[in-house]
Amino acid sequence: MPADFAVPVASEYFRVLPEIILAGVGVLIMLLEPLTGRRRKHRLGYIAVAGFAAALVPAVLGEWTPGPAFSGMVAIDGFAVFFRVLVILAGLLVALASSSYLRREEAESGEYYALLMWSVTGQCVMVAANELIVIFIGLEISSIASYVLAGFLRREKLANEAAAKYFLLGSFATAFLLYGIALIYGGAGSTNLLAIRHAISTPGGAPGLLVAASAALIFVGLAFKISAAPFQMWAPDVYQGAPTPVTAFLSAGPKAAAFAVLLRIYMTAFLPVSAWWEPIVWVSALLSMVVGNFAALLQTNVKRLLAYSSIAHAGYVLVAVAAHSPVGTAAAMFYLAAYAFMNLGAFLLVAWFSRRGERYVNLDDFAGLAWRQPVAASLFTLFLLSLIGVPLTGGFFAKFYVFKAALDANLIWLTVLGLLNTAVAAYYYLRILVVMWMQEPTEATADLPPVPLGTKLALWVSALAILLLGIFPTAVLTYAIHAATLTR
Amino acid sequence: MNLLDAVLFIPLAGFFLLLAIPRDREELIRRVALTVSLAAFAASLALLGGFHRAEAGFQYVTDLPWIASPSIRYHTGIDGVSLWLVLLTTLLTPLGVLVSWRSISRRVKEFFALFVLMEFGLIGVFVSLDLFLFYVFWEVSLVPMYFLIGVWGHERRIYAAIKFFLYTMAGSVLMLAGIIWLYNRAGTFDYTAILAALSSGRLSLGPLEENLLFLAFFAAFAIKVPIFPLHTWLPDAHVEAPTAGSVMLASVMLKMGCYGLIRFCLPLFPVASHSFAPWIVILAIVGILYGALVALVQPNMKKLVAYTSVSHLGFVVLGIFTFTQLGMNGAVYQMLAHGISTGALFVLVGCLYERRHSLEIADYGGVATPAPNLAAMFLLTALASMGLPALSSFVGEYLVLQGAAETSFRWAVFAALGVILSACYMLWLYQRVFFGEARPEVQAQVRDASPREWAIMLPLVVLMVWMGTYTQSFMPPISASGAAILERAKDVPVEVRHRQPSPTRLALRLGEARNAR
Repeated sequence: MPADFAVPVASEYFRVLPEIILAGVGVLIMLLEPLTGRRRKHRLGYIAVAGFAAALVPAVLGEWTPGPAFSGMVAIDGFAVFFRVLVILAGLLVALASSSYLRREEAESGEYYALLMWSVTGQCVMVAANELIVIFIGLEISSIASYVLAGFLRREKLANEAAAKYFLLGSFATAFLLYGIALIYGGAGSTNLLAIRHAISTPGGAPGLLVAASAALIFVGLAFKISAAPFQMWAPDVYQGAPTPVTAFLSAGPKAAAFAVLLRIYMTAFLPVSAWWEPIVWVSALLSMVVGNFAALLQTNVKRLLAYSSIAHAGYVLVAVAAHSPVGTAAAMFYLAAYAFMNLGAFLLVAWFSRRGERYVNLDDFAGLAWRQPVAASLFTLFLLSLIGVPLTGGFFAKFYVFKAALDANLIWLTVLGLLNTAVAAYYYLRILVVMWMQEPTEATADLPPVPLGTKLALWVSALAILLLGIFPTAVLTYAIHAATLTR
Repeated sequence: MNLLDAVLFIPLAGFFLLLAIPRDREELIRRVALTVSLAAFAASLALLGGFHRAEAGFQYVTDLPWIASPSIRYHTGIDGVSLWLVLLTTLLTPLGVLVSWRSISRRVKEFFALFVLMEFGLIGVFVSLDLFLFYVFWEVSLVPMYFLIGVWGHERRIYAAIKFFLYTMAGSVLMLAGIIWLYNRAGTFDYTAILAALSSGRLSLGPLEENLLFLAFFAAFAIKVPIFPLHTWLPDAHVEAPTAGSVMLASVMLKMGCYGLIRFCLPLFPVASHSFAPWIVILAIVGILYGALVALVQPNMKKLVAYTSVSHLGFVVLGIFTFTQLGMNGAVYQMLAHGISTGALFVLVGCLYERRHSLEIADYGGVATPAPNLAAMFLLTALASMGLPALSSFVGEYLVLQGAAETSFRWAVFAALGVILSACYMLWLYQRVFFGEARPEVQAQVRDASPREWAIMLPLVVLMVWMGTYTQSFMPPISASGAAILERAKDVPVEVRHRQPSPTRLALRLGEARNAR
């Protein structure tokens, strides 16, 4: 307990109101679950959507009530506002699209929505935390809910494998993180990020060896969460085995939150020793891009393909982290926002397309989709073009800002290699476009159900967000720059 | 906002309009596509009215903020070079729509929507005066073409489409790196502002930096031109693309690369341009001869025409890198002439394909008997393409050779071989397809030109003769703007020139010595 402990006042509770609402609505759903008939479970989904929407309001309002809460354990700044809005939006879109999926798989129940909300609660805590223990607690809340979500279809073999793998490797990685936290606490005498930074920058404040070991161990723990190479092994299996809306969620919310934590720790506490960790991030960024992109070239399962692509995208964001500048932080923030929407869109579309039991998730199944469902295919095309990084989509500006930040920081080789990687990546995204547009429809596209309303809404919101970020990025980028300078 | 912006945005509006039309109303879709592209053409013709032909600077300039930070502006304008390229684009788009009128019978809505979207991207490339905006349009024009080849192409269309996309993408990401680097140095994406900073000395690039930047831009442009040995995507893309796609690809898209060299490589990186010029010239001459020789032995008509493009565009690159006024004028003129004549060749090959459903030369023979008018048009186009005096290509090729001879006579000698070879492959093609005994299948299948085909070919034929006989209608703006670009490209400090000896200057010095004797 910090020495300057004081009884929290009302404004401090308001600063964590999004978390309170999310956790509370999650509990409410669990309470209502036994009282809801089997055919009415979708109503719990409505409550979840309403809960996310309600949490969004104080999350946005946080912009006007910045400041610390609970003795400085949580800090609401522009950075926290940005990421809280992002992860809540991701949760909202996933909740919107989940109902029809769960009904199709005959697995709709309150637990799903409650877990989703708690996972987002954890992510909100992570991004607003200003202290390593709170970060750890947030990460655990988010992760444990995610482990269960990944295995939610408990009769599916692959889902079980995914959950077990995710849980075991995730716990292992968390241990690294905790070890790192323990070392820096031993070295700097505090778990508060600003106090650590102060200790590190004071000569004799913290033993160099402990700081270096701690920075490395914490990076290992977080690199697992963001699925960066060489800690990416779990991602393809988990992404493939988890129910597709959960996959969409995993690639958006938890990833963004873990990156937020990474940015906050390394851009505040460990910034004075950036020369030590920059090479680590550099190597991890390059490895992620290369491993992700080249492995994705060989995939035939679309979920697995997008999983590998998500490893590669973690690499692009790490390029911005390696720049360790406010511009780089802003670029990473913009990238994560654009990436969340394009990946949510792509995975939710796959969730709709896959049909009962996820029978149709192979590349060839998408043959001729464009001529059966032109609107859905056009949206998918937009998401893929954004993932490639074609101008006028959010994905392009995201890449542009990242590589601009890297060149600002004189990371010339990383930029050139990264850009060449984007050319490699174009190939496997193009393969999906090829089967969708250039091959004749097969039986897989013959009896497609119409896109359910919730999914449709989520897809259109994602598409509009991508176009907005691609054509008028100024507002989001300006905000990100303003938020990135506030983190210290 | 001015007339130029209207020219740019009419196709985009047409794209959305076409998306809104129900897909089963195919006839309406065709008509709307034609109307939109004709409207853009009419608007671009009106550009000529207010264009000051003797001025070298940019005209019809619009400069609006687009993105605040980093500052990216919607900055557009045209000079004498881009004026004609915009007109070439707007002329060929309606013709491309007419070419596809009957030959595209499946997925009509998507085809025409993508076709006008591509026009938007192509015009955008030629009018952008902001490096970032240029890159955006550069990529935007790529996507529709990818779909045009991949969806409506022939058997190996998917391979060709992916190859086309990846080649272009690989080059353009390097250009993007160069653009960002330049921004970090100059603090702006604005083309005119960067030029001003360079000439005033506020921005100066180190030798290594300039060379690398030059290569980054050059990679993107060289792939697009294409310069030997980066040309291998071109025959595939051409053969597999639908006729209208081939026309736009050959006539306009390849010019994007040449335009990039003229607009960006030369003025922004004059020292690097000079020091790399000897190597580029060698590649250009190899391309001229190689393209012509390979064209000579092609059994497939479309592939043959594709390789002639490699050869003809070698002349353009040669002209640009002679750094002479004649060479530059010739290069730009050759770009336009090639756009007209090769576009026409692809249209005619498409006409033959629609009748006989084959691109193999061996399947033809004696076509002139059932289709004398078609044969006459083909002959005129072939003559124009090979550079017969009084037809369009002659002017450009002659000027390029003259410019090359000014710099090094040897270059001109080798390049001139290409002209001879072009006569060989064109006349031989003509002989095998149109002369001889008409086979029964040819007799049965080949009809003479339809009114629609006349309507497509007539403007092209008229332009071939016009451009070959009265260059004064076209040359003054090219000459004025070309001179301005060369003036910037010549801006080489003396000490730098001496530090970097190169074969060019060696050749120059040898020439001087010979003259002195």
